Amino acid sequence: MRLSQTRATETRRQGALLALLLIVLVSAPAVVPACAAESRGDGAASQQPQPQPQPGPPAATDEFVPISQLPAQDQLPAAPLLVTAYAFVWLALFGYLLSVGRRLGKVQREVDRLESDIAKGTRT
Amino acid sequence: MPKWFMPLAGINAVMFGAAPFLIARADYESTMGLVQKIFYFHMPSASMFLLSAVVCGVASARFLFRGSPRQDRLAYAAAELAVLFGAITLVTGPLWARKAWGVWWAWDVRLTSSLMGWMVAWAYLLVRKYGGPGSDKLAAGLALFGMANVPFVYISVNYWRTIHPKTSVVPTLPADMGAALWFSFACFLLLFVLLLRVRVHLEEQRAKLDSLYLSLDE
Repeated sequence: MRLSQTRATETRRQGALLALLLIVLVSAPAVVPACAAESRGDGAASQQPQPQPQPGPPAATDEFVPISQLPAQDQLPAAPLLVTAYAFVWLALFGYLLSVGRRLGKVQREVDRLESDIAKGTRT
Repeated sequence: MPKWFMPLAGINAVMFGAAPFLIARADYESTMGLVQKIFYFHMPSASMFLLSAVVCGVASARFLFRGSPRQDRLAYAAAELAVLFGAITLVTGPLWARKAWGVWWAWDVRLTSSLMGWMVAWAYLLVRKYGGPGSDKLAAGLALFGMANVPFVYISVNYWRTIHPKTSVVPTLPADMGAALWFSFACFLLLFVLLLRVRVHLEEQRAKLDSLYLSLDE
């Protein structure tokens, strides 16, 4: 009799423990994230709409981007290309003028020489 | 040389001295910035390149059909100027394109047809120099093809999909950019006339030299 009462008490204790364990397991998924959010500081108050940020001065630069990281087209300085283009134009025009002047001078000298030869009636 | 030559040459030199100041004062283009200023010498030299090809073609046609040696001398002079202004165009263009497009060269219709026109002008000069007897008429035929290429070069940007700016850019230029462009254009046009006159004079002197040698032989 006493033995049967002890068994019944133990069975009830085990049932209570199992019930407690079930309650803990079922409620854990709901309770743990809430606790985690509480610990981060965005509890129920964070659910309220936030005020719109006011436009202020631009944010301070937190990193410098080297020019080598830009696309190749943006890395090129324009000035050397511009200077090269104009320098080429001037050089080409002066070079051509010199060339024509030199050729004209050569032909002119030969014409003068032949004309003087013809005037003298001799050929050198 | 005619009397008007030296005063006009002096005026042209002053104009070329003033052109950089006008170009520097013109506004920067919004997307291309400083490098767009190549345009003020690129476009006028390209125009003179096409004008040279037309002069060479018309003079060659008159030489072929009428046999005028004066027209042949004019065509020879114009072909040399086509090579000169074509070289300026084909060098300044890629320098601009390198920054604006990110590449030196694109096989675009405008660029390719310009290169073809320049090569025809070179071919004209090479035929004249190394072609032997009859090369003047052969070269005149080439010049006709060079001239036929000119309208193709001009309209190519409006009819084909291309990255080259269209011809409609020029009439829409604001006042300061337009002034710099048209002043540069006037500089190059006057230079073209002066160089053509000098180069024709050189051919006249060569013809005179030939006739002097012939008179000595007789």
